[in-house]
Amino acid sequence: MNKIIRFLPLVLVIALGVVLYRGLSLNPQDMPSALVGQVMPDFSLSTLNNENKTVTKADLVGDIVLLNVWATWCPTCKYEHPYLLEIATDPKLKTQVKLYGVNYKDERLPAQQWLAYYKDPYQFSIFDDEGLLGVKLGVFGAPETFVIDHHGVIRKRFAGAIDVRVWRKEFEPLIKQLITEKQQGK
Amino acid sequence: MLTRVLFIVVIITSALLVVNSTQASPVETFEFQDDVTKVRFQALSKELRCPKCQNQNLADSNSTVASALRLDLYNLLIQGRSDAEIIDLMVGRYGEFVLYRPRVSSLTYVLWFGPALLIFIGMIVVFLILRRKPIIKEELVLNLEQQEQLKKLLADGDDTSLASKSNQEQANKE
Repeated sequence: MNKIIRFLPLVLVIALGVVLYRGLSLNPQDMPSALVGQVMPDFSLSTLNNENKTVTKADLVGDIVLLNVWATWCPTCKYEHPYLLEIATDPKLKTQVKLYGVNYKDERLPAQQWLAYYKDPYQFSIFDDEGLLGVKLGVFGAPETFVIDHHGVIRKRFAGAIDVRVWRKEFEPLIKQLITEKQQGK
Repeated sequence: MLTRVLFIVVIITSALLVVNSTQASPVETFEFQDDVTKVRFQALSKELRCPKCQNQNLADSNSTVASALRLDLYNLLIQGRSDAEIIDLMVGRYGEFVLYRPRVSSLTYVLWFGPALLIFIGMIVVFLILRRKPIIKEELVLNLEQQEQLKKLLADGDDTSLASKSNQEQANKE
């Protein structure tokens, strides 16, 4: 018994080492969203392309929605932009999923120019220059993408760029599930 | 001598100025209807953590999300929401993470009570170690009965050794 106790500090140090080593590879920015499973918050903002047109939550709810938070100041948004275009133009996907943008903490003119230059994958972009919709959504930065089901419930929040790999791993299974849920009339 | 003192004073004041300027908050102007709201705004923006830059509070941070949250906080205060309501709302969006002093819940038990538990365990260990020593000392000291036995054994040992000696002497003679 005494001999085992003698090795206890060594065992504890090794255990601590394992825990801390694991901590090195964790991403501290990878936060679970408190909003998953909750109804999308209300808002009333203009669209990016038309400052006189007001859109609200009612304009989004009903379809399976991808809500992509983007900005011209965000380099990662530029990286994911081509893949968003692919999603928006995919003949099968575009009938099942609607992609909307939230232009987050940005200026109207440069953002409009960005979409004109890189092409516009969004049904429309909500112009959230003060970031208040972003705050309601619990956004940390850009890019972030939310999956909202046909009842207007937030089903997923993803922080970071979307590419083929991320799409297949993080989004495709959920989108398929939501499509069957919608078809079954749940 | 006087110039040297002056020199030191100048250095200290400039150092203080530098320290103060690094503590300055990002530039934004909010107008408050009264001082109470202003103080509440300042207190809450120090209590709430910036979600993006994780070791800064809202008052400190320059990130986009922090400035959006400051504006939101201002709007909520103007709407007349209470501190508790605002904190609940923020936790609802960003999770317990936004609070610099997380609330006591099953998730944060380890955080709140862990240190006290570790101190308690440490105290028990120290107590056990301190208690062990006197026992060993007592065991080293013989009681009366054992001392008697020891004396007897020693005395017997002397006899036998003498006896063996005399035997040997006899053997040598023969």
